[in-house]
Amino acid sequence: MTETFIMGEASTAAGPIPIVGTRLRAADHLGTVSVRLGFRRMNYRVTPGLYAVGHPDGDSPVLVSANYKLSFDALRKELQGIDAWILVLDTKGVNVWCSAGKGTFSDKEIVKRIRATQLADVVRHRTVIVPQLGAPGVAAHKVREHAGFKVEYGPVRARDLRAYLKSGMRATPDMRRVHFPLVERLKLIPMEVRYAMKFAVPLAIGLGVIFMMARGPAAWRDLPWQILPALAAFIIGAAVVPALLPWIPFRSFIMKGAALGIIWTGAILAVYGGGWLWTLGNLLLIPAIAAFFSLTFTGSTTYTSPSGVNEEIRLYARPMGISAVGGLVLIIISFFAN
Amino acid sequence: MSCTKSTASLKINSERCAGCGMCRSVCPHAVIAIENNKAVVRRLDSCMECGACRMNCPFGAIDVKAGVGCASAIFRGMITGRQPTCGCSCDSGPEACC
Repeated sequence: MTETFIMGEASTAAGPIPIVGTRLRAADHLGTVSVRLGFRRMNYRVTPGLYAVGHPDGDSPVLVSANYKLSFDALRKELQGIDAWILVLDTKGVNVWCSAGKGTFSDKEIVKRIRATQLADVVRHRTVIVPQLGAPGVAAHKVREHAGFKVEYGPVRARDLRAYLKSGMRATPDMRRVHFPLVERLKLIPMEVRYAMKFAVPLAIGLGVIFMMARGPAAWRDLPWQILPALAAFIIGAAVVPALLPWIPFRSFIMKGAALGIIWTGAILAVYGGGWLWTLGNLLLIPAIAAFFSLTFTGSTTYTSPSGVNEEIRLYARPMGISAVGGLVLIIISFFAN
Repeated sequence: MSCTKSTASLKINSERCAGCGMCRSVCPHAVIAIENNKAVVRRLDSCMECGACRMNCPFGAIDVKAGVGCASAIFRGMITGRQPTCGCSCDSGPEACC
């Protein structure tokens, strides 16, 4: 990676430390957009180690971060005019929360990185500020025990860091809460759609080919009606449900997806009549597709629990699967039936 | 916002709890409160079982079956018979990930 974010070097007792800029440049924004669309997403990394922001000295705070460049950028752009050290852990290019869940953002890694960077020679104090969302992977008391540094959990969002530092490392209750607003959900949709399309495209092609074989070339005008309703079901699950998440009734993701799927099927049936087999088939297939891809969004939310998702799968996975397969069979039969 | 009602496995052993408040600090959904110098579960419905509280309890007073609340991971776990984890097993090479 060409590290365009390095602006110079700070000399310390532990040797020279790269100084990073706090303004994101065009290349950084371009990188953000690419990874959000799924390009080079798993290899968008910063070299682990110690970095400087502004003109830090031995009393400046140490902020711990992950080596996913999106995380690193989110942090440094909030530090304009602040003198601080950034300790980047090796999280294999994964963001703070996910790597904490996987155990790569951990107390062991913090201890290892404190030693490797000789942090104790760079700063006089013995405190590191860890983003709160790193807590699932970090036992604060173990960092103190093994490295002699106290862990202070900072705010969830980097944008609250300025206020947090100004108030003497005190986080307000709101700084500790995770939210999941529309703008955050929208950022995740491209990856959801990309995933859904892996299944949607083969299904659409398959349905189209079978339809044309069954009805012959003269039926091409009806072709979009065989493909688009199902294709849209994938978009409902991967994009519409994530976008409208808190406003769709039901707590269950499967129910949210199925509900929108049923509404969509109703809209299709209102403008296109395809016989009772076709109608029933779509009523079974479309809500099931929408429900399944809504359920996969649980992996991206900031609040679903494993026991809750397990419960949904236990209750609804079987009916959803039967509905999808049954619907598909009925639709295919209807192609040949009339 | 929460996914399902009260399925969360979070439990606090108040005998062991020293009321230090670490669990309350790390919880991203304000599930835990401190009352009379003891941690208590106040909003179990909001618990996402991330495990931050258990991890940071110096007294081993918290029990929660932590894991990822991700359907794809759980399906994958069912198929492979392994513990559900994020699909991003990045040790297998940078491009092999989700």
